[in-house]
Amino acid sequence: MSVIYILLTVSVIVAIGFFAAFILAVKNGQFDDGYTPSVRMLFDDELVKSKHTLTKNNKKTNHN
Amino acid sequence: MDYKVCYHCGDNCTETTIILEDKPFCCQGCKTVYEILSESDLTCYYDLQSSPGAIPKEIEGKYDFLSQEKIIEKLVEFSDDKTQIVTLYIPHIHCSSCIWILENLNKLNTAITLSQVNFGKKTVRVSYNTEAFSLKQLVLLLSSVGYEPYISLDDYETGQENVNRSLIYKLGVAGFAFGNVMFLSFPEYFEVNEFWLEQYKHVFRWVMFAFSLPVVFYAAQDYFVSAYKAIKTKILNIDIPIALGIVVLFIRSTAEIALDLGSGFFDSLTGLVFFLLLGKFFQQKTYSFLSFERDYKSYFPIAITKITNGLETPVQVYDIQKGDRLLIRNQELIPVDGILINGNAKIDYSFVTGESEAVKKQSGDKLFAGGKQTSGVIEMEAIKSVEQSYLTQLWSNDVFNKNKEDGFTTLTNAISKRFTIAVLSIAFIATIVWLFLDSSKALNVFTAVLIIACPCAIALSAPFTFGNLLRILGKKKFYLKNASVLEQLAHVDTLIFDKTGTITSNKKSDAQYEGLPLNQTEETLLKNTLRGSNHPLSRSLYDILKENAIVTLDSFEEHLGQGIEATHNTNHIKIGSAKFVGFKTETAILNTAVHISTNDSYKGKFTFYNSYRKGLSKLFNTLKKHYDLVILSGDNEGELENLKKLLPAKTKLLFNQKPDDKLEYIKYHQSEGAKVLMVGDGLNDAGALAQSNVGIAISENVNVFSPACDAILDASKFNQLDQYIKASKSAIKIIKWSFVLSFCYNVVGLYFAVTGQLAPVIAAILMPLSSISIVVFTTLATNLIGRRLQ
Repeated sequence: MSVIYILLTVSVIVAIGFFAAFILAVKNGQFDDGYTPSVRMLFDDELVKSKHTLTKNNKKTNHN
Repeated sequence: MDYKVCYHCGDNCTETTIILEDKPFCCQGCKTVYEILSESDLTCYYDLQSSPGAIPKEIEGKYDFLSQEKIIEKLVEFSDDKTQIVTLYIPHIHCSSCIWILENLNKLNTAITLSQVNFGKKTVRVSYNTEAFSLKQLVLLLSSVGYEPYISLDDYETGQENVNRSLIYKLGVAGFAFGNVMFLSFPEYFEVNEFWLEQYKHVFRWVMFAFSLPVVFYAAQDYFVSAYKAIKTKILNIDIPIALGIVVLFIRSTAEIALDLGSGFFDSLTGLVFFLLLGKFFQQKTYSFLSFERDYKSYFPIAITKITNGLETPVQVYDIQKGDRLLIRNQELIPVDGILINGNAKIDYSFVTGESEAVKKQSGDKLFAGGKQTSGVIEMEAIKSVEQSYLTQLWSNDVFNKNKEDGFTTLTNAISKRFTIAVLSIAFIATIVWLFLDSSKALNVFTAVLIIACPCAIALSAPFTFGNLLRILGKKKFYLKNASVLEQLAHVDTLIFDKTGTITSNKKSDAQYEGLPLNQTEETLLKNTLRGSNHPLSRSLYDILKENAIVTLDSFEEHLGQGIEATHNTNHIKIGSAKFVGFKTETAILNTAVHISTNDSYKGKFTFYNSYRKGLSKLFNTLKKHYDLVILSGDNEGELENLKKLLPAKTKLLFNQKPDDKLEYIKYHQSEGAKVLMVGDGLNDAGALAQSNVGIAISENVNVFSPACDAILDASKFNQLDQYIKASKSAIKIIKWSFVLSFCYNVVGLYFAVTGQLAPVIAAILMPLSSISIVVFTTLATNLIGRRLQ
């Protein structure tokens, strides 16, 4: 058995793997909304910030 | 006077300014929202975007129907013992702050486990724990922070909608196969007789064959279906030569590798399908936040309050029966035809008839479905069911079931008719000639002609031109349903306009004063009296009058349905109807007027005129050169003189047109060969919009619903309409030029095919080259048109 068969099989399997990932992504609705995720990503920081201030406030009240 | 801007909603704080934590608010509602949000540490909302909010509306009792199991069941997507998932449409979603607050709903109520916004569709999908929370509570929570969801009869039937993603799947399959086949066929392009390649080429070829199978049998199936349908109805459309090309490519390639004659054309085959689907995908661009298919259901409520034995219960509108007693609250829509029992009914029929003025009704009067109650609570008795009501019956007209695209031959299909005949004759002639010269090559030539003539470039011209122009016009706030609308728009020769809400603007009206001049004290008194009244006419008159010093009135009295009177020092003023102020000689005037008398002597009146959109005259004067212009109004003739002055002389003006009349008028003109463009708004134009060749709905705010139509035009761009029609005509020109371009490629390809020298590598170069150059040409040309638009 020549090495070309192995290479060919591997390359096709890798390609099919990516293809399956694409199909899965479409099925999960990743291509339905092209805008919101781009904004949502920016909020990760904001959430942390508000939690931070929350704990700060709590500390203040504890001291008082 | 300098107004402060509300920290929450961004409106001017005109009447009262509430200050909380140094922040101005225009009303209690806005302040409450701020308080709710700051309690839950969600003030970040205001950092992301300044003044992002909406004033929360009065909703008491409005959502009682959401406690009914039967209705909840129809609205939620998923439901089990503990959790429910629901997707709600919220028109106010407009900025990143909205996304942020709606995705942090769990901070407001811990029973909410997940909320996710789809910005494009303006929806939020919420899952919540039903043990501690309910759909009704969710809706109330959203409303309390200014995000009132819109729930209409439309939601009741659809429930969970199925998203059609088949085109993306097909595109994925074709792209995947195309890429792999290209890799596998590369070696054979150049090193034809190499030893190593010679040994393995069969493996490569059969792998390519395997890759092409899903492309032919799955990705390309739409073309076969369309071609089959076309043949059945004896129409030659563009899909026939495409389907023929795909079939021939596949069979010939399979035969070649099976009989070891050559490497086949799998690269061209998969590439062809990939490019074609790409064109389709590009053209498919739709505006997910707009709907072009709305009927009365989008306007109607899901449920209405029914009174049985003095008890108020929400009832689903389809369950309303003849004889039921219904309670209609302020701002609610009357869902069925009925008779008014009691209450102060003032019905706004602008939805149904286009009439701008709300009409008063007395007990015993007939009320029609589609009217909106505008003052207080009324009780009525249903005399018909929803489907049988006057307004809803309009939808039983056949026009609403007709697909406008049927019966319209697109430019592409028109040209493909001749093209198909030409290609087939060339193929047959070349085959016959080769039968005499070298019969072994005849079949080769026959298939080669069909392969190379596959009209990929022609099929791509229209999708890319229209797709790109659709996108450009979308940026200019002219939203078209699909590409075929653009093509129809270019052929239009008659333009018909509705009046109210279409060529007039909804918001402001102009008032003109006639009568004895008012002195300074009278003017001050007038303005100050109007300040105290909430009547819409008083409000608009107040806004029109110039600023005056604020004085405190000694007495102020509002007589419902008649007018207002007030005194200041020794002066007395009466504002209202002619009868109220003591003006006897009422002439038959159709326009709305407000009469004024001071100290019991009649002074004069303010007559309200429609305020026409900016640039109306100019637009009509530009359009009159090329088109027949008609105004079809459901309103009375009050504005006739005014319109005559404004519009070019040959414009036809027709008044008192019922929805059916408008539809029939258009039908009649179409039967005489006219291609009609209807511009309208409101449900009363729905029939006319559906009947016309192109129906454009004008909208002050595109997020608010427009009736079913082919295109939605933002009201601020109304005066650009002529430019948009011109752009559609230029698009047709671009397509014709790209046809010429693709014919040139075809001639080159046919030379190779007819002479029997078509090698796979030539097809593989020629096909993508022609497709890509067409795409580049059309994109550049449409961008050029776009730049010329303002």
